[in-house]
Amino acid sequence: MSDNLIEVRNLKQYFNAGKSTEVRAIDDISFTIKRGETFGLVGESGCGKSTTGRTMIRLYDATAGQVLYNGVDVHAPKSKKENHELNRKMQMIFQDPYASLNPRMKVLDIIAEGLDIHGLVKGKTDRKQRVIDLLEIVGLNREHAERYPHEFSGGQRQRIGIARALAVDPEFIIADEPISALDVSIQAQVVNLLKELQVEKGLTYLFIAHDLSMVKYISDRIGVMYFGKLVEMAPADELYRNPMHAYTKSLLSAIPLPDPIYERSRVRHPYNPKDHQYGPDEKVEFREVAPEHFVLCSEKELAEMQATHV
Amino acid sequence: MTKILEVKDLELSFHTFAGEVKAIRGVNFDLHKGETLAIVGESGSGKSVTTKSIMRLLPESSAEYKNGEILFEGRDLTKIPEKNMQKIRGKDISMIFQDPMTSLNPTMTIGRQIMEPILKHQKLNKSAARKQTIELLNLVGIPNAENRYKMYPHQFSGGQRQRIVIAIALACNPKVLIADEPTTALDVTIQAQILELMKDIQKKTDTSIIFITHDLGVVANVADRVAVMYGGRIVEIGTVDEIFYNPQHPYTWGLLSSMPSMDLEDQKLYAIPGTPPDLLNPPKGDAFALRSEYAMKIDMERQPPFFKVSDTHYAATWLLHSQAPQVEPPALIIERMKTFKGSRYYVDQTGGTV
Repeated sequence: MSDNLIEVRNLKQYFNAGKSTEVRAIDDISFTIKRGETFGLVGESGCGKSTTGRTMIRLYDATAGQVLYNGVDVHAPKSKKENHELNRKMQMIFQDPYASLNPRMKVLDIIAEGLDIHGLVKGKTDRKQRVIDLLEIVGLNREHAERYPHEFSGGQRQRIGIARALAVDPEFIIADEPISALDVSIQAQVVNLLKELQVEKGLTYLFIAHDLSMVKYISDRIGVMYFGKLVEMAPADELYRNPMHAYTKSLLSAIPLPDPIYERSRVRHPYNPKDHQYGPDEKVEFREVAPEHFVLCSEKELAEMQATHV
Repeated sequence: MTKILEVKDLELSFHTFAGEVKAIRGVNFDLHKGETLAIVGESGSGKSVTTKSIMRLLPESSAEYKNGEILFEGRDLTKIPEKNMQKIRGKDISMIFQDPMTSLNPTMTIGRQIMEPILKHQKLNKSAARKQTIELLNLVGIPNAENRYKMYPHQFSGGQRQRIVIAIALACNPKVLIADEPTTALDVTIQAQILELMKDIQKKTDTSIIFITHDLGVVANVADRVAVMYGGRIVEIGTVDEIFYNPQHPYTWGLLSSMPSMDLEDQKLYAIPGTPPDLLNPPKGDAFALRSEYAMKIDMERQPPFFKVSDTHYAATWLLHSQAPQVEPPALIIERMKTFKGSRYYVDQTGGTV
């Protein structure tokens, strides 16, 4: 078994390909996620981070490139049974806890849907027991099973979403902005819950977000996306200590911190892609600046960055 | 400083099928001219209801003003007839809503939407109103305003739409601007731009702003003063430095501790345990007592009054009572207090404790 659970190779996702309205939502990105690791993907809306998550779980068919899960190409034609099994191993937690739960289903049925589809439970009592166990894992209780989504707060709904993802015993969870709709104090609860579950069940996460402070906290490694391209990738601490790409610097300088004195002196560095001034024959590639630290840059920039890297 | 708005002992309830929800249970604050007051608290703490009650935007069929008054230019907004309220709303007091996707009318051009309050409140003809609209669009940083004026909301990005919403709110030079989570739906980079825009406009127009948010980073950036709400009451109010560097209420401690800090290495993020109180049956004593490790017996029985910390800083916690035992705030909070003169943990630059 290889160390990498997920391997994304030159993935491309073009919408309206070939037409005048073509959108290159993902433009040739590659990265790997190790078993048991949390990989954070950040960037502003429209940069393609959600599309990446959705393409990886085959909600979209990729335009080009591969997503390997445990060495198996997710997008390659497979038998129904193989697809079924892959669907069980990869699960998703969605951003909006209000829109991602069917308002006409009871929590019991929402969580048990995956169990039913994959035939993981025998009989009604077993089904109910499993759901109650799951509710308790995510910090809710058995009374909640008979209620409808509208009876819950945002944080509780996100817990239901997590319970639903966990129901089928997945190995890999894509969390698409799971906390951005929640209050600060509730965000901390949900993030802690995700971390605990990771330790207990050995889960691997792709954590998509635009809130960089929370991403740093939960991720082992972070990739920064800008207009469909991965511009920088590094271990979380390294990225915050040594941001190299101008866009990453600009993103970091935009975060307000709960510290009024710091806020009064914070200077924002806006990012302008034209500042790079690449020559016509310069090759802009993903290059390793320091061990494990990759930046999208030209050869000239690489030398400059390596010189300033501490 | 001149007070522009005074909220006194405000109590407000919603009548629902399940019973009476006491959403606001005695809120007091003043808003001064030209300042930004941030109201923070989690969902359900009553921060949005407080501001909607100032605007009288709550459904009259279910919301009831139980007690207290909201004084604006000597008039009590809870008592004046709806017709007079219409002359204030959008003119003297206006509001920016959270979601720029849903607060604009998708079937009207943005120009018409910005012109609407101008035509209603100012005696201007259409061409003058149009000119003012284009000025407003320039003010909020929409490029090429003459042409974009005729466009529909869907032709703008989220950040631009929020700029348009701000233009509508500013159309009649309001004295009070209420911003209800104006940047929560936006990206950090766009958020930074909108916050800069609001501060810029405030400098030019001297508007007072009530800024509702749950993001303490944003509060640190924009606020002059901060009110922390919990369970339908303000539990602590003070200048931004006092709240961030010398917080007194255990709930404020919890809020500040649950923000991940950029320089801290891996450690468990502090999460306030439990859930907010049920305001159908509000707790008898301190509403936060059930979730607080600092709760004392009296917290379960009697609501704490406001204790004065300084002239501008008040906190409603029994911990400040002269007979209360001295407790140690969480380590993270003590770190903050070390930088604040006047706090009992203040450490002088030279190293001595004051």
